Amino acid sequence: MPIRTEPVTVNIGPQHPSTHGVFRLRVTFDGEVVQDLEPVFGYLHRGSEKLAEERTYSQVVTLTDRLDYVASMSNNLAYVRSVEKLAGVRPPDRAMYLRVISAELQRIASHLVATGFLLQDLGAFGTPLMYCFRERERILDLFEMLCGARVTFSYMRVGGVFQDAPGEFWIALDKFLGDMPHYIDEYEQLLSGNEILLTRTKDVGVLTSETAMDCSITGPVLRASGVDWDLRKVDPYEIYDRIDFDVPLGTVGDNYDRYLMRIEEMRQSLRIVSECVKQISSGPVKADVPWLVRPPVGDAYDHVEGPKGELGFYLVSDGGIAPYRCKIRSPSLINLTAVKDMLVGGKLSDMIVTMGSIDINMGEVDR
Amino acid sequence: MTVSLTGEDVQARVVGAIQGSIESWNGSDVWVPSGFLHEVCKFAKEDPELGMDFLVAISAVDYIEYFELVYHMQSIVHNHKMIVKTKCWGRENPTIASVVDVWRGADLQEREIYDLMGITFTDHPNLKRILLWEGFPGHPHRKDYLEPPR
Repeated sequence: MPIRTEPVTVNIGPQHPSTHGVFRLRVTFDGEVVQDLEPVFGYLHRGSEKLAEERTYSQVVTLTDRLDYVASMSNNLAYVRSVEKLAGVRPPDRAMYLRVISAELQRIASHLVATGFLLQDLGAFGTPLMYCFRERERILDLFEMLCGARVTFSYMRVGGVFQDAPGEFWIALDKFLGDMPHYIDEYEQLLSGNEILLTRTKDVGVLTSETAMDCSITGPVLRASGVDWDLRKVDPYEIYDRIDFDVPLGTVGDNYDRYLMRIEEMRQSLRIVSECVKQISSGPVKADVPWLVRPPVGDAYDHVEGPKGELGFYLVSDGGIAPYRCKIRSPSLINLTAVKDMLVGGKLSDMIVTMGSIDINMGEVDR
Repeated sequence: MTVSLTGEDVQARVVGAIQGSIESWNGSDVWVPSGFLHEVCKFAKEDPELGMDFLVAISAVDYIEYFELVYHMQSIVHNHKMIVKTKCWGRENPTIASVVDVWRGADLQEREIYDLMGITFTDHPNLKRILLWEGFPGHPHRKDYLEPPR
């Protein structure tokens, strides 16, 4: 009698250690091989865009903290830049430097989380994650000096930042900039040449540059596929045009490239922060903007290169004190478009690793 | 710096190929009649001069009388961007052509608009709710949506 086989449909999540939040994949397996899958999400949907319509422009900053909760500074930056574009406000120089310093530190913190959890998903339980969190802790300490909060910062304001950095911040930042390159060397020494990591990530979850562009993928995932597109370079905002840095590029677009991309971006972010520390001059940190901002009737879209990709806000003003519409272009959601291309045909265990290497954040996917 | 194409340049290029496809333009925005949207998007992507190979975002705004859909697109090759807007009339069952076959990046974004704004995209391969569950009453991002009593 022939043995009968049939595909099995399995739910991975919504509560699974590697889903990084509440996220579900409905996967059809043929044995161990992924035949078909569908991402299911929305468990963390809070209606941020609708809530923004009921709040003043300044109050919405607190909502943006809760989008990608491991990169709140970048969310703050993207939002206040959109409001500034809408209202025609230009922040003072010192404020822009402070914003770039905090956004780049935030990028390092976010990439540390991504790298740590990727290794966790690979089966390296605990150690790499704790290493990454050790450094992230230093960055959170820095942010605490800036604004008093460690996760939900709300540091940025329309027209500048909440307050100037205190003296102790600069001392601690200097020390951090001295220490961090050695820490990154340490990860690379431990991980980048590690045979287990190489076999598990090389040529796994490949995303071609054509598919990546067609699917509107942005951020390190796009650059790992070899597309040279970094908003900080191609469309410089704030003071990025005054700073010299490189954009790392991948070649294959596999999990290993995405891992290396984040490591290299951390080094470049350090370079940007040290350059900013050199260039920053004294002056005011907030333009003269009233607490109740009333932008003229119209619409504006502005974007920043967040740690996960292009984060943009499309704001429509009806002349009132609250946005008429606040649409969030969230990179995590749109980066999920190509997930099927990357996972179908692979094994179950590779699927977990690939999901880790895309680095999605459910707060941002569901909003 | 990403160059923002002016509405005038865009309309001159598009109207040359597709007659009557531009309603009006202002600044960097061009308004397209909803019936022409798919054709214009396809042209914007395939035309070598415009070359819009990357869809940035689709946003929907509820203006009560009509819904406005805003397509932000850019060209990675030429490093320029443009904005296409279209009006979608009717509140009962507003419908517009899907652009998933032009850019796959529209897939999840159109599903999100269908879910939260209640606009149907024809020829979308998998149009169903994305953030809310099937059977959820209403579309929360509409201006006339009221939270159901608890």
